[in-house]
Amino acid sequence: MMPSTALLSEPSALLMSAASASGARALMAAEPGTLIVWAVVVPALAAVLIPLVGRWPNVREAVTLVAAAALFALVVQIAALVGTGARPERILLEVAPGLDIALAVEPLGMLFALIASALWIVNSIYSIGYMRANNEPRQTSFYVYFAIAIASTMGVALAGNLFTLFLFYEALTLSTYPLVTHKRDAEAKAGGRTYLLMLLGTSMLLFLPAIVATAAIAGTLDFTPGGILKGKAEGTTTLILLALYAFGIGKAALMPLHRWLPAAMVAPTPVSALLHAVAVVKAGVFAILKVVVYVFGIETLATSGQGDWLLAVAGATVIIASLYALASDNLKRRLAYSTVSQLAYVVLAAAILTPLSAVGAALHIAAHAVSKITLFFAAGAIYTAAHHTNVSELDGIGRRMPWTMGAFVVGALSMIGLPPTAGFLGKWFILSAAMTAGKWLAVVVLLASTVLNAAYFLPIVYRAFFCGPSDRAGSSGGGGFGHGEAPWPIVVALVATAAGTIALFLFPEPALRLARAMVE
Amino acid sequence: MSTLLEPFAAHYNHWVTIFLMVSGLYIVIAKDNMIKKLVGLSLFQTSVYLLYISPGKILGGTPPILDPRFAVYSNPLPHVLILTAIVVGVATLALGLALVVRINEAFGTIEEDEIFEERGVEE
Amino acid sequence: MSEGALLLTAAAGGRGLALGAQLPALQVVAPLLGAILCAFLRKGVLAWAIASLVTWAMPVVALALLWQVQTAGAISYAMGGWAPPWGIEYRVDALTAFVLLLVSGAAALMMPFARKSVAGEVDGDKQAWFYTMFLLCLAGLLGITITGDAFNAFVFLEISSLSTYVMIALGRDRRALVAAYQYLIMGTIGATLYVLGVGLLYTLTGTLNLVDLGTRLDAIGMTPPVLAALSFLTVGISLKLALFPLHAWLPGAYAYAPSFVTAFLAATATKVAVYLLVRYLYSVFPLVRMLSEVPLFELLVALSIAGMLGASLVAVFQDNVKRLLAYSSVAQVGYIMLGVGLANEPGLTGALAHLMNHAVTKAALFLAVGAAYYRLCTVRELTTLRLSDLAGLGRQMPVTLGIFTLGGLSIIGVPGTAGFISKWYLALGALEHGWWWVVVAIMASSLIAVVYIGRVIEVAWFRPAATALAEAGRPNAAMYLSMAAFAALTVYLGFATEWSVGLAGRAARMLLELAP
Repeated sequence: MMPSTALLSEPSALLMSAASASGARALMAAEPGTLIVWAVVVPALAAVLIPLVGRWPNVREAVTLVAAAALFALVVQIAALVGTGARPERILLEVAPGLDIALAVEPLGMLFALIASALWIVNSIYSIGYMRANNEPRQTSFYVYFAIAIASTMGVALAGNLFTLFLFYEALTLSTYPLVTHKRDAEAKAGGRTYLLMLLGTSMLLFLPAIVATAAIAGTLDFTPGGILKGKAEGTTTLILLALYAFGIGKAALMPLHRWLPAAMVAPTPVSALLHAVAVVKAGVFAILKVVVYVFGIETLATSGQGDWLLAVAGATVIIASLYALASDNLKRRLAYSTVSQLAYVVLAAAILTPLSAVGAALHIAAHAVSKITLFFAAGAIYTAAHHTNVSELDGIGRRMPWTMGAFVVGALSMIGLPPTAGFLGKWFILSAAMTAGKWLAVVVLLASTVLNAAYFLPIVYRAFFCGPSDRAGSSGGGGFGHGEAPWPIVVALVATAAGTIALFLFPEPALRLARAMVE
Repeated sequence: MSTLLEPFAAHYNHWVTIFLMVSGLYIVIAKDNMIKKLVGLSLFQTSVYLLYISPGKILGGTPPILDPRFAVYSNPLPHVLILTAIVVGVATLALGLALVVRINEAFGTIEEDEIFEERGVEE
Repeated sequence: MSEGALLLTAAAGGRGLALGAQLPALQVVAPLLGAILCAFLRKGVLAWAIASLVTWAMPVVALALLWQVQTAGAISYAMGGWAPPWGIEYRVDALTAFVLLLVSGAAALMMPFARKSVAGEVDGDKQAWFYTMFLLCLAGLLGITITGDAFNAFVFLEISSLSTYVMIALGRDRRALVAAYQYLIMGTIGATLYVLGVGLLYTLTGTLNLVDLGTRLDAIGMTPPVLAALSFLTVGISLKLALFPLHAWLPGAYAYAPSFVTAFLAATATKVAVYLLVRYLYSVFPLVRMLSEVPLFELLVALSIAGMLGASLVAVFQDNVKRLLAYSSVAQVGYIMLGVGLANEPGLTGALAHLMNHAVTKAALFLAVGAAYYRLCTVRELTTLRLSDLAGLGRQMPVTLGIFTLGGLSIIGVPGTAGFISKWYLALGALEHGWWWVVVAIMASSLIAVVYIGRVIEVAWFRPAATALAEAGRPNAAMYLSMAAFAALTVYLGFATEWSVGLAGRAARMLLELAP
């Protein structure tokens, strides 16, 4: 345990000294319960500070970066504690009897918080490059809502009970709405409508009733290892509740409730990258995983046999979404459908209902996060440098943007699930869990999806490196091939996440340790 | 014959009440003229006055004056209550009429259907 | 104030001269006296100042009463020294104190908004009369709440109603006159039905005191005349509280009344009517027997759900902003009546808590709309506010529209706002009956709220502004103060519920005769 702790806390010390806030040092010495509260407060504070310094873009961006660094340092610090077996928790507020706002750390949430906070740093660097290069309007409000969204994500990750999770889950939906509709044109408005109505619709019509019912049946909403519904819910009740949760957590984008995700692609690319490939969607599958593990209990659900249909739905989502991706020419849309399909992997893994599959699900959350953000970063880089949005326009672009497309290849390999990338890891665990459990449907789905993933990612790679530039691409470049790589912050960010994708494969130990601790 | 009419005769005050109440409500609902509606409303209110007052009267009872010579007297409370209700009714009617005057100034008519249909007032 | 206190001590006839014992009377007499005072004034500012002083004192009195009730139990105050059940009794228990605080608190927080807003919408020579009417209305509403006498409640009901008709008629749009007239007709029918029911009960029992009525009706049982009285009372009060489908008067009245009046009515008037109905259904009529013999509570649930869904749907298609919010109010009254109809602890707690939560939320929304109207009126001629008038206002008035958005979130019932808390309890109450479809209806209505609130938000932020706004027409700090107070409360009551759920729960347990 010690080596990984040392490994993790070293960069944090560096970052903290960079942030050089004396208060931050006090934080590091604070007791664990306070520490997790600060993990939500730091990005929220950034959201308050950013508009105050909105007049000076450099200061504004510095606030975002410092907050991101401080948050990561905090989360690493908490992770170190969790690694030693601590489970800090804090009840913030008793809203009403039985309704507490409570934060509590457990390994799965820790993993999610680590990913989200680490990627916020990279994404902030990327955002700065992207927003400035594209002359996006209303950048201050962009960073404000972004920080609120991160604060909500932290709240989801560290929620100690279902009510707190729901609170931050909804906050995440609402804070990302202005980001989705950032352009404020007709397309943004339409996309925003779909986004808000589907997410709020599912959460209100299905998720909230499920929570109310859980509270009525179990008498508590606290996440408890082994499940709070254990021995309290009948077969049919379990079935209905599981369905309410699975579809009610609309952010998991289980088909047929996935339409909001492609609709959200009207947002600026950094939003698609961090929020709609990592924070928001992961909050969805994370919530499902958390409900399965801590509300129902894996064993209870496995013995009741009420989870099998979920496997089928997730499997169908994997395949159908892949087919949609195959048919999309718009790059971001293709990536969005790929996300739908990859999210369903996690749900699929959760529905296999063995400890090993839960580990696979957790790892896949991490793996997909770093790889999909890389792919989105690449898509944004292409848009910034070449103003291309469609796959068919990408002929020969690999030669002009070698770093970008190189990173893209890494991300694509990870999506397909090939070593030496992180995607291999999660898939491996899920596959072996499925085989051990004898869920052959899952095995078939995984294999078929690997082929489909290859079918919609490899052609992009092929076009980028092995096709000559078409006339159309040449003319729109404005006088030959006038563009090279995107601005350096963009390139730095995407190379970093690509490196992360490989690093997670090479050094899976910290992530694996957290994932294993979840099911122990 | 008399047995047939007896329930009516014994409670004829209630029948009058009901008659006034129903006809008042009918006028309020059926008429478009705003003044007529107010007349109906007043009738409707009047029915209630009767409902209160009539049971308060005890046959052979005297006004409620404390005097050793009288043992039975009528209940004064309903009268007091209805005095208040009448005041309320008068105030309502006055305000209603004042509103009708203003409506006539603003719309040039006091027919409800004309106001709704021709003047574009949303219902 | 001191005159009032003197008068009161005189009226109390030497039966305890301490002010603390006279608080129940003060709650009603102070605004009445204030109204008389205002009627003699010619200047709007002065009238406003007096109205404000009186109104600000009222929550203090209500808080003191609440404290007395919590420490020493229910208060019985014999008006004029005539002992109940013969004299008029003012009775303050857990529920009364809660509603008194709600009404007086909402009115007090709105007063800073009133000055400029009323000056902008009501002619100068009528402003003093306006505040007279406002204070009369406040006295009426507080009177309905505090009185323990059925007929006295009718008188206060009419005091508040008559003054409300006048205030609505003062709206700038000529349609305000028609709205006031229609409300007058409907309101009078409602009040007359109410007094009919009271008359029947009086003939049956010989008493008008609500507590006394309760014990005597318990002995009589649910005989046909009692049922008739119950029907008259329920329908009459339901008209006043705008229970679907008896809500027809409300949208017009809210849409064309002056902004301040709309906010005040939305926050208080329907709430007091709900209080009155709850009082009758739970304390006067024998509850246990009624629940088993009369399907009234099931009917209330059915009508509430129809209102929640129907009125919300109608709100989606409204073009007039205040009318849109008015239909939303009808839907929200549905939520409250749903909890009343559920008749169990979580349900009734949710209903009573929603009285406060909705009052706070709707006040924030209507005040925000009022501020927008106030500003727009300075640059163009407007008699009423249409949706398209809000175009681009999100950027021109970010604070106001931000408050509107916050209120909208609470109407939708997003966690972290007051609206969520009530819905939580209502859903729990429905599940206690095993009525999962009621839960679905609650959530479906919330979802429709997303649509109608979303329409306003989209117009305000996505459409370009129609006209440039003058700096001079900016709402003043006092107006912002009122709006911000309600907005802050909307969030506060979403996180700390001692004042809403805590008090409502105590009242609900009292009404259901459960252990506190």
